[in-house]
Amino acid sequence: MTTTATEPLKSKDYKSEVPPTWCPGCGDYGVLNALLKSYADLQLDINNTVMVSGIGCSSRIPYFVKTYGMHTAHGRVLPVASGVKVARPDLEVIAFGGDGDGFSIGGGHVPHVARKNTDITYIVMDNSIYGLTKGQMSPTSPLGMVTSTTPYGVPDNPLNPLSFCLTYGATFVAQAYSSQGKVLTDLITKAIKHKGFAFIDVVSPCPTFNKVNTFDSYKGHVEDVPADHDVTDVNAAIKLANQSRAEGKVLTGVFYQVEKPTLLDRLGEIRKKAGGSADFDVNSVINGYVP
Amino acid sequence: MAEKKTDLIIRFGGEGGEGIISSGDMVAQAAVRSGLEVLTFKTFPAEIKGGYAMYQTRFAHDKILSEGSGFDVMVAFNQEALELNKKFLKEGNALIYDYPGGDITEEQNIPGVHCYPVPMSKISKEDIGNYRSKNMVCMGAVAELFSISMEQIRGTIQSKFGKKGADIVEMNFKALDAGRDHVRSNIKKTDSYKMDSGKTAENTIIISGNDAVGLGALMAGVQYFSAYPITPATEVAYFLARHLPKANGNLVQAEDEIASIANVIGASYAGLKAMTSTSGPGLSLMQELIGMASMMEVPVVICDVQRGGPSTGLPTKHEQSDLFLAAHGCHGDAPRVVLSPEGVEDCVYLTVEAFNIAEKYQLPVMVLSDGSLGFRTASMKKPDPSKLRLVTREKYEGNGGDFKRYKLTESGVSPMSIPGTPGGAYISTGLEHAESSAPRYTADNRTAMMDKRFKKLDNLEDFFQPTEADYQDGAEIGVIAWGSTIGVAREAVNEARAAGLKVSALYPKLVWPLPLKAINKFIGKHKKILIPEVNKQGQLAKLITGETGCVPISYTIYGGMPFTPAMIAEKIKEISK
Repeated sequence: MTTTATEPLKSKDYKSEVPPTWCPGCGDYGVLNALLKSYADLQLDINNTVMVSGIGCSSRIPYFVKTYGMHTAHGRVLPVASGVKVARPDLEVIAFGGDGDGFSIGGGHVPHVARKNTDITYIVMDNSIYGLTKGQMSPTSPLGMVTSTTPYGVPDNPLNPLSFCLTYGATFVAQAYSSQGKVLTDLITKAIKHKGFAFIDVVSPCPTFNKVNTFDSYKGHVEDVPADHDVTDVNAAIKLANQSRAEGKVLTGVFYQVEKPTLLDRLGEIRKKAGGSADFDVNSVINGYVP
Repeated sequence: MAEKKTDLIIRFGGEGGEGIISSGDMVAQAAVRSGLEVLTFKTFPAEIKGGYAMYQTRFAHDKILSEGSGFDVMVAFNQEALELNKKFLKEGNALIYDYPGGDITEEQNIPGVHCYPVPMSKISKEDIGNYRSKNMVCMGAVAELFSISMEQIRGTIQSKFGKKGADIVEMNFKALDAGRDHVRSNIKKTDSYKMDSGKTAENTIIISGNDAVGLGALMAGVQYFSAYPITPATEVAYFLARHLPKANGNLVQAEDEIASIANVIGASYAGLKAMTSTSGPGLSLMQELIGMASMMEVPVVICDVQRGGPSTGLPTKHEQSDLFLAAHGCHGDAPRVVLSPEGVEDCVYLTVEAFNIAEKYQLPVMVLSDGSLGFRTASMKKPDPSKLRLVTREKYEGNGGDFKRYKLTESGVSPMSIPGTPGGAYISTGLEHAESSAPRYTADNRTAMMDKRFKKLDNLEDFFQPTEADYQDGAEIGVIAWGSTIGVAREAVNEARAAGLKVSALYPKLVWPLPLKAINKFIGKHKKILIPEVNKQGQLAKLITGETGCVPISYTIYGGMPFTPAMIAEKIKEISK
C-alpha cells in the first residue's frame, strides 16, 4: 500500500536503529540496501508493511527496518506471511529467508503458496550454505562442496529455486545478484507491485563459510536475462533457469511474470458464493440445528 | 402392559455405510422434536466402507450426562453386529434383527431377551424396491415397537430429504410405513420399553460436539480458520468451511498442521481472532509454533479432538491422552492454557471462553475435546449470542509516545499494536527480546520476560469459573474427573450416592494450569481422591501429584472406549470398603 506523504520518505527513513548483525562483506547488506531503496521508490507506508521472516542470517532483516515485522520459526515464513495477508489484504506483506529456511526445512510450503498464488513477495537470500549455524551444506550447495557436515563433499544434487517455484505455479519469478544494487532494487519494486506470489532468488554470497560460491567466483558469470526471453512462457523460463545454472551462470532479471487470480481473489469469490456479509447473524446458523 | 420409561438407550449395529448412522441420527432428531433430551454415541472403523459400525441413542426427560452403561434395545443389521453385542444383552432387553432374508440366517431365541425378527432387507428389496431403504424400514419398526412419534420421524425425513425431491421423501415414507405395518401384523410386543414423549421442544437444538466447537468459535467472532484434515477433528473445519465465509471470514485448508498453526498466528498477529483444530498427531506437529505464539504473545485457539495415540494409534477411537502434550509438549517453558469440555454444550461455551482467555492474556489456548465427544450429538438449549461475554485484546491505540510491545506490566499483559497502527510498528519475535521487541539475551531481561509471560496464568481462576464442585457432607471419597469423563463420573456419583455411599466430586474445566485453589481445597477435605481417566499413565492424576503432592487413586482404561457410569460407580464402591 502506498501513500503520498507531503515529505517523501527516503531510504534511510526506513532504516531502524538496530544495526545489522551480518559478517563484514556479507551479501545480505546489498539486499537490505536495495530493499530500503525500493521501499522509498514505492513510498511504502511503514505502518502498513509487514516483513515476515524465518530463521537464519537473512531472516534477521525485519529488525533492521522500521516497518511491522515477524521473526518466526525455521522454515515457516510462508504460511505465517500467508496468514497475515489473508487476514489483512490491505497490508503489504513481504517474506524473507535463506536457501535452507526456504527450500530445506520450509520446502514443503513453497509449492502451496505458489499454486495458491498467495499475494505475497518472497525474497530468498541464497548463499548456498547455512551461515547462522556455521557452515553446513544447504539444498543449493553445489555437488562436491566441502562443508562442515560434508567433509568429503556434498553428495546431493543442488536444488534450483527458480525452476522449483516455476513448476508449482508462482506468477512472478526473478533472480538477482546482491551486489547489483540497481537491478535488485528494480526487481524488488516489480515483485512488490506484482499481484500474486512473487519470488526473487537473490544470489547473496557468504564470505565467511562458503569458499566456493564467492563474489570472485561469480565474476564474469552474472548476465542479464536475454532480452528476447518471453516472460509469459513458463516452459521457456524453466529451460532458461535450468540451462543457465548448468552453465554456471547467474542470470538476473525476470524469468516469468503473468497475472492470474490470487488466493485473495478466490477467497473473495467463496465469500460471495456463501453470501458473506457484515450483517451476518449467527442465529441463522444456530437455527439450522433445530431438528 | 408396557410401562413408560424415562431413560431408554437404543443401539444400532451393522456394516459401515449401511445406514446405521443415519438411522441413529433420524431417531435422535425425531426424539428432540418430541421434546426429549437426547445424547448419541457412535463408534466406527478407520476404513471408509465396511467394518462394524455402532450408533447408540439415549433419550430421557431430564438432562443426559453420558452415553450410559450398556443399552436397552439392540437393533442388529447383520450377523457381525449380533455376535458382537450378544454378550451385552441383559434380561428384559429387546433385540430387533434382520430376519429372514438378510445376513442373519438363524432365528434368535435368547432366554430373557425379547427377540423381534424384522425382515428389513427383504422388505426393502422386495416391497420398496430399494435396498438402501433398509434403515427406514427398520425405523418404522422401531418407532412402532417403542412408541416413538412417527409424525416427528416424518418431519425429520421431510426436512432432511425435502431438497432431494418429493420422490425420495415418498420412498422413505413408504419404507417407514412398511416397517411399522410389519410390526403391527406380525409382532407381539412382550418387552416393557415404551418411550414417552416429552414436553414440547422449545429453544432446543441437536448438535455434535465438533459442530459445537465451530459454533462457539463463530459466536466468539472467529474471522480466520486454518486446518489440515484429521480424524476425529475434521468436522470442526467442515462446520467453519460452511459458515465462516458467511461472516466474511476465511478458511484456508493448509498443506499440513504446521502451516495451519503458522497461518493462524499470522492472522492473529494481523489483528483477527483466529483458530485451528486438529487431533493428537497434528498437535504434536504444532508444538514448536505453539511455543512461538507463547513467546510472541499472540492469541491463538487450538481445538484438539483427542484420539488414541501414540503415533497413528487408534484414529477413530476414544482416549484422553493428549493432556501432557497440551500442557507441556513444547521446548522451553511456554505458558499456555488448556480447557477441556465435558459435553456438547461445554464445547460451545468453553470455545468462547478459549477465545476470551487467548485475547485477554495474549497466549495460546487449547480446547481438549475427544473423539467420542466430537462425534456425539446431543440436545441442548439454543445458545443466545447476545448474552455472551466476549473479550478482545488490549490494543495500542497509536496515540504516540514510546511504544513498547512487550512492556513489563503488573499483569504480564501488554497492549498489542495491530499493523496499520501509526507509531506501533514492532517485530513480533520468537527470540527472547527486550520490552521494545529487539532481541536481548541478558540474564536480567530473560528472567523478567519469562516472569511476565508466566504471570498471565496467575489469575485464571478469577477470570472465569474453571471448576464445578459437588460436595457431600461427610464424604471421605472425592472424585476428580476431566473432559468427557465428567458426565460419566456425574452419573457414577449419583449411582454411588443412591447406593448409600458418601462421595464428593470436582470437575475442572481448566486442566492446565491446574485450578489449584479449588483442587487444594477439595483434596484437603477428602481422605481418598479417585481420578478416572481414559489414558495409560493417569495424566491428570500425575499433574495433580506434581502440583499438590497428593497421590490420588488413579483409575485408567485405555482400550479405545469411554468409561461407563457403572465402571466408575463400581470403583467408588470398591475403594469405600
